[in-house]
Amino acid sequence: MDLRGKGVLVTGASRGLGRALARELARRGARVALVARDPEQLETVVEEIRAAGGEAHGIAADVGDKHAIHPIAGVAAALVGPIEVAIHDASTLGALPLRELLDTDCEDLERVLAVNLVGPFRLTKAVAGNMLVRGRGVVVFVSSDAAVSAYPRWGSYSVSKAAADHLARVLAAELDGTGVRVLAIDPGEMDTKMHADAVPDADRSQLADPADVARAVVALVADPERAPNGARLLAQSVREFARVTS
Amino acid sequence: MRPATAPREVRLDDRLLVIDPSSEELRDGRVSELVELLRPGDLVVVNDAGTLPASFSGRTASGAAIELRLLGEEPSGAFAAVLLGEGDWRTPTEHRPAPPAVSVGETLHLRGDLHVAVVEVSKLSPRLLRVAFDHAGDALWSRLYAWGRPIQYAHVPERLDLWSVQTTYASRPVAVEMPSAGRPLRAGVLLALRRRGVALAALTHAAGVSATGDPAIDAALPLPEWFELPEETVAAIAATRARGGRVVAVGTSVVRALEGSAAKHGSPRAGRDETDLVIGPGFAPRVVDGLLTGMHERKTSHFELLAAFAPRGLLERALAHAATAGYRGHEFGDACWIAPRESRVGAYTCASVSSACASRSYSSTEL
Repeated sequence: MDLRGKGVLVTGASRGLGRALARELARRGARVALVARDPEQLETVVEEIRAAGGEAHGIAADVGDKHAIHPIAGVAAALVGPIEVAIHDASTLGALPLRELLDTDCEDLERVLAVNLVGPFRLTKAVAGNMLVRGRGVVVFVSSDAAVSAYPRWGSYSVSKAAADHLARVLAAELDGTGVRVLAIDPGEMDTKMHADAVPDADRSQLADPADVARAVVALVADPERAPNGARLLAQSVREFARVTS
Repeated sequence: MRPATAPREVRLDDRLLVIDPSSEELRDGRVSELVELLRPGDLVVVNDAGTLPASFSGRTASGAAIELRLLGEEPSGAFAAVLLGEGDWRTPTEHRPAPPAVSVGETLHLRGDLHVAVVEVSKLSPRLLRVAFDHAGDALWSRLYAWGRPIQYAHVPERLDLWSVQTTYASRPVAVEMPSAGRPLRAGVLLALRRRGVALAALTHAAGVSATGDPAIDAALPLPEWFELPEETVAAIAATRARGGRVVAVGTSVVRALEGSAAKHGSPRAGRDETDLVIGPGFAPRVVDGLLTGMHERKTSHFELLAAFAPRGLLERALAHAATAGYRGHEFGDACWIAPRESRVGAYTCASVSSACASRSYSSTEL
């Protein structure tokens, strides 16, 4: 898949993996719409990408707000054209420090589900119908090891990521054969603010650089053979990761 | 015919008035039949324009209340727009007070922090303007969505949400009213069509407003509108012709785009184009064989367009039946199917297209 000139939407794009994904997609010639809540951080990334010669547009919005979804989809399509790749990277861990499920406020779980599950669902509804009639497109749910392993105190996040994985699987089954691919990609542990929030005492030297992971993720997104519809992929385990980071 | 007064979910048992121009028969059908009404090898072409929240309340420089309705963005970045007087959609447009006269150079202050300068006042009407916003790019588009509302009319009393005016497959927000013929095409229907072997393709047509309340402007509708035909869609039409399939347009905007392009170039040509083509009785369609559309009243340009696909007498009977059988009209109303004529394999070989060739190819239409 040649990304040049393609309209791409990345949520959670102001920092961490989302920022790295937006930069890598723009480097490969995509027209990138970046979504994040903080307008100043967002603008910084947009300017970084433009300074490097890429096309980037910032949309300050909260994917957990249902009234923000159609404006995100509309503004993005107005600025970069029909969305051919949508990457749901925005995530929240919920209340910090992480706590046991029985100590988690119900409202906090609801907020985590709104951002990590329902928001991506709404946004997928707003962009994937067009992919269906045009017969091509990729929707990526950024997943986590926590979607498959039950780590104590990661409850809200884990539940949301497990549900998003399955959302991706069911969407993939429904859209199979249409030219639209739906993927879940687990990027592995990375040196990001989110990781530091969750595991403040982690050894950062053991964590992957989001820029390396982003190159692997984008390589997968662009390759229908190694990332077929419905796949759940581990970005850091693919051979591509070794190649792009060497 | 009664208008539908609220946005509503399209269900598979919703009504579909089936009109068959070849047999001149009418039938009450259901949206769920759409899949069977098409055949493997047919092509369905939709208008994937998203609906811009194009209505902005505001004030003139002298403080008079106004509503500015955007009609579409121009290549220069300016917007065509129509000015309405005080009030909102709850008052029928034709009963709205006239707006104060505005002049070139004047600034109009819209909701939030949006301002437009009047760049041009049309000779057609002092209410038809070209305006320039005080922002561009990312800043402009975020503000349009922050402060704009969907254009709506008095037959829908509740304020519309943005999601109520988007089709399943909406993309770039270049329509200022929903391309509503596509409402029955929910994802389940689209997927069923694909499973049946019916091809899908999109074009983008910047559909304008259906009414402004200004008789001079309304008499000139539809104003010239731009559209964009992707290469894939042009190829899909040619492939459909080659295999003997039929081309079905979803909505009058698709008909205008495809026929406008064919009228200008001989056959549909990929790229951005503009059409002021008026389609009515006697027009011989070169591309479109049939269409899915809404319920259109007499004396509208939409109804006139249908007369290019079905005898007027049949359409009149259909309207009378729709009224007595309780069909609902307007953008949230029921659907209407104008059955496609049988395919003419290779009709596209006529594409260099003298009008004689076109009318001979389509002689079975008998308009």
